[in-house]
Amino acid sequence: MSAALSRAWASSRNTLLGAWAVGALLYLFLPIFIVVLFSFNDNQGRFNFTWEGFTLRHWKDPFGVQGLSEAVVNSIQLAAVSTVIALVLGTMMALALIRHRFRGRGPTDFFVFLPLATPEVVLGAALLGLFLTLNVATGFWTIVIAHVMFNVSYVVVTIKARLEGMDTHLEEAAQDLGANGLTTFWKVTPPLLAPGLAAAGLLAFALSFDDFVITNFNAGSTSTFPLFIWGAARQGVPPQVNVLATMLLFAVLALMAVNVAFQRGRARRLLAR
Amino acid sequence: MGSLRGRRRLVPYLLLAPGIAWLVVFFAVPTLNQLYVSLQEGTLEEGYTFTWNWSSYSGAFDTYREQFLRSIGYAATATVLALVISFPLAYFIAFKAGRWRNFLLLLIVVPFFTSYLVRTIAWQTILSDDGFVVSALQTVGLLGEDGRLLATRTAVIAGITYNFLPFMALPLYVSLEKIDGRLIEAATDLYASRAAAFRRVTVPLALPGIFAGSLLTFIPAVGDFINAQLLGTSRQYMIGNVIQSKFLVITDYPVAAALSFLLTLALLVAIVVYARALGTRTLTQAAV
Repeated sequence: MSAALSRAWASSRNTLLGAWAVGALLYLFLPIFIVVLFSFNDNQGRFNFTWEGFTLRHWKDPFGVQGLSEAVVNSIQLAAVSTVIALVLGTMMALALIRHRFRGRGPTDFFVFLPLATPEVVLGAALLGLFLTLNVATGFWTIVIAHVMFNVSYVVVTIKARLEGMDTHLEEAAQDLGANGLTTFWKVTPPLLAPGLAAAGLLAFALSFDDFVITNFNAGSTSTFPLFIWGAARQGVPPQVNVLATMLLFAVLALMAVNVAFQRGRARRLLAR
Repeated sequence: MGSLRGRRRLVPYLLLAPGIAWLVVFFAVPTLNQLYVSLQEGTLEEGYTFTWNWSSYSGAFDTYREQFLRSIGYAATATVLALVISFPLAYFIAFKAGRWRNFLLLLIVVPFFTSYLVRTIAWQTILSDDGFVVSALQTVGLLGEDGRLLATRTAVIAGITYNFLPFMALPLYVSLEKIDGRLIEAATDLYASRAAAFRRVTVPLALPGIFAGSLLTFIPAVGDFINAQLLGTSRQYMIGNVIQSKFLVITDYPVAAALSFLLTLALLVAIVVYARALGTRTLTQAAV
């Protein structure tokens, strides 16, 4: 093959690769465009499947459907409570797994990972089986139990990934400069942990807020946002659901942007010192 | 001094205790409890009693073999499709994206901050009979005049592929990103063609990511019932649909528990085989 030909082939291969990447990203975003677009759909019947014209009326009244606001409030409360508990338990576990060498570390690692490798339908069904065997009535607190159960593992994995990249020299330096173990832990460790905590907390909150399968098994008569959508899916999902989904998406994007800006600012301040 | 060191040795166990306790009580015990429930006999009205009733298992497998096999088939197809779609994407981000890397990675994750159910219902709109995908496929003749996508196997598999794609793309990226570009250069310097270097250097080095991604996609896919429910019909129902309805609608707890225990067991075997072959480290790392 001549040099010119092989160069031409190399550049067209790169173009193909880029086109594939763009195509894959478009595929990922296609349903999101639809969700956002149909929050503005002026649908006349119960269904929101065909475009019938532009309107802002759903955005002006995002909770204008029976039961929706109650479901969203429940979801926020569930996500907040289960995120806090999972963050506390998970961070402690991650610290133990990264900072300490002890007997049984490998099996513990594997055990913590197992819930992530179990299908949700099994997790949900098994937990409901336990509640039935023990005669526990399902409701708000059984959902919290379920959400903490799967979120603990996510928190451990996320924080561990951050801690593994974290410089233990800073803590050693603090101790060399006369700080005792406890002072180091309170003054040096938290700022180093903060980005990992933020990431893990955001992930846990999102997973809890969006969980349908496990919640569906253990909810009793308590409603959540995903349970509301599932119930509505048969009779046609109201466009208000699209409005709320769009709002949530943009809230998450804003949080991410703030997080990135904050970390950049911190890096710049550190460099300026 | 001795007692101080003794206390220090206790620290990791104290840190672990509450979390492990939570996982034992609400994850490990329920999983084993499934076995107990599955060996019971009775009805919801009369109550259930433990009788070593193994017939739940033979019955479950005979009656729902079709759904079991279908789950495996759909999940395997979706896993392969996800690999085909995301490998070039991950490769592009790892090697060609330059300073856009982190931004593009973020773009992979962002769609999944929209509710799972809302996303899947959006696919109902996209694949519906009067949607643009169906009419486009009809125009080019890939779909007959009265052909449809919604409520078919194609729609269910497409939905599963979509919903679990990040579980494939992110581990792939992690393993590709680690590859030292000099290795590929060395191969081409030693007169390997581009294709040969890809086949014999890049792919083997990306194998941990390919395996981890496949497992992390296959596991949730095989237990999924939402896509079959929303995008398919009862002819596309998977084992998750059966477990769900046995538990929540028909309340046949022993059979439901037997099915769910069988699924757990099958996946546990797969994970242990995987861990033996490649170690859990790559898997837990890739899960982030």
